[in-house]
Amino acid sequence: MQKLTAGRKTFLITNYVVLTIAALLCILPLINVLAISFSSKSAAAAGFVKLWPVDFTLSSYKYALSKHEFLDGFVVSLKRVALGYAVNMLLTILTAYPLSKERSSLRSRHYYAWFFIVTMLFNGGLIPTYMTIKEAGLLDSIWSLVLPGAVPVFNVILLMNFFRELPKEIEEAAFMDGAGHWRVLWRIYCPLSLPAIATITLFTLVAHWNSWFDGLIYMNSTSNYPLQSYLQTIIVTSDLNAVASNDLLVTEVSDRTFKAAQVFLAALPVLVVYPFLQKFFMKGLVMGSVKG
Amino acid sequence: MRKKWQEIPLHVMLLPGVLLTLIFSYIPIAGIAIAFQKFQPAKGIFHSKWVGWDNFQYMLDMPNFASVLWNTVFIAVMKIVAGLVIPIVVALLLNEVAGAWFKRTVQTIIYFPHFLSWVILGGIMIDVLSPANGIVNQFLGLFGIEPIFFLGNENWFPFTLVATDTWKHFGYSTIIYLAALTGIDQHLYEAATVDGAGRWKQTLYVTLPGLLPIITLMTVLSLGNVLNAGFEQVFNLYSPMVYSTGDIIDTLVYRIGMVESQYGVATAVGLFKSVISFGLIVLSNRLASRYAGYRVF
Repeated sequence: MQKLTAGRKTFLITNYVVLTIAALLCILPLINVLAISFSSKSAAAAGFVKLWPVDFTLSSYKYALSKHEFLDGFVVSLKRVALGYAVNMLLTILTAYPLSKERSSLRSRHYYAWFFIVTMLFNGGLIPTYMTIKEAGLLDSIWSLVLPGAVPVFNVILLMNFFRELPKEIEEAAFMDGAGHWRVLWRIYCPLSLPAIATITLFTLVAHWNSWFDGLIYMNSTSNYPLQSYLQTIIVTSDLNAVASNDLLVTEVSDRTFKAAQVFLAALPVLVVYPFLQKFFMKGLVMGSVKG
Repeated sequence: MRKKWQEIPLHVMLLPGVLLTLIFSYIPIAGIAIAFQKFQPAKGIFHSKWVGWDNFQYMLDMPNFASVLWNTVFIAVMKIVAGLVIPIVVALLLNEVAGAWFKRTVQTIIYFPHFLSWVILGGIMIDVLSPANGIVNQFLGLFGIEPIFFLGNENWFPFTLVATDTWKHFGYSTIIYLAALTGIDQHLYEAATVDGAGRWKQTLYVTLPGLLPIITLMTVLSLGNVLNAGFEQVFNLYSPMVYSTGDIIDTLVYRIGMVESQYGVATAVGLFKSVISFGLIVLSNRLASRYAGYRVF
């Protein structure tokens, strides 16, 4: 162990301070709003709440959970995540497997590959896409949130590259024993690719949970809004009457504490899967982030 | 050598994805024809009147088009620069940390905002940046600074966008540089030490050259984003008060199309953006494959 020079010591201390500040900058705004969500109306309005709740109360949460729009949105979101994930994962696997083959096994691979790449480079844009969904009769249907993004090309590339790294000998042996492509895909490729599939799973779940714009434009009836679309309409439009005046809880809940509570309820599922997500950051996804 | 019919299962597997992509990606691309029509939904794309380049002429004649284009490029370029520089610096700093616990904790915290939607972060930003009783202005008040309306002042708004976008993404963006750092040959550091190079010299002559390929790649690829100023963020944070400096192409397309129902014009403006972006992406990928050996498929 060599002795640290004075310059090195100064640097290290500065480094720890700078990184601590960076981390605090990331987390303090979230803690501040969390504290507001647990504070009373008057404390929040007076600007007393910093990083700890003042006049601790659960009223804002009770109020949010008593609103049927919020609960409806939650249910729509859950459905959307489940359905969207199932469709995305199935199509990702089914598309990635043939594309991972060499041209000797699939002569038209090149055309298929370009067929999918084009959609990453160019798209019809907002209005033509909206009109297509409308003409397909999908407005107000949960499928409008699932089918347009059914083939996540980015994830297909990720999984395709993973498939390519698998040892070819196992596959060859299976083919020798008379197995077909379907069997090789489900019995050999999928079980061997669990790390990649788990990574894609978590990212797909979070992406579906976080989507809000498609719900906003494809759903005519607000009762079909997923949670994030509903929140978009109430958080961003500063409607001072968001808290109904005839409500019992109104004495304790303000627009500000109410919004803060809803923001945290909507972020909660992400917070729950975050530790699992984090496991996969360094491994496997590095290639994915290059492609971003 | 396997036979022709053995390819059939592979085509069957591709079929669902091809069909869905055809319907939801290629039909909308064909629907770009709307840009050259006086499109009326009741008549549909086959019976609406064709108007040639009229919609594009209309777009160019819009009094705010030039400023929207400028806002888009200005905001996007500032985001690209901040989004390149800050993650590289933070990755280098994290790399110098010896304590594994401290490093992991910092990483865990700074990656997190990336995973929250702009709806949630919009709600948080609107609250903390409020000029009335937001915590940011309370903090600035300690230094005698008058409350700043970050989201409602047209001079502040573009910089607020860049700052909050960088805030959301810088942590996650460090991942790629941290990964590249682990790939640098440790022998180079040993050799440098033997040659008498200190930590600073090592950073300058070993670490930075080691990161250069990935930095080049990320810079070149970001070229494709020059017209992407971040719809989801701007849409959730802007208001008519800041349209003069904060309105971007994507939000303009949304308002013309979805709010004013001028479908032809909105499609034309969207196409204008897509064509330029497409050119930039192709160019950047060309450059990337030439100078950094990068390939998509």
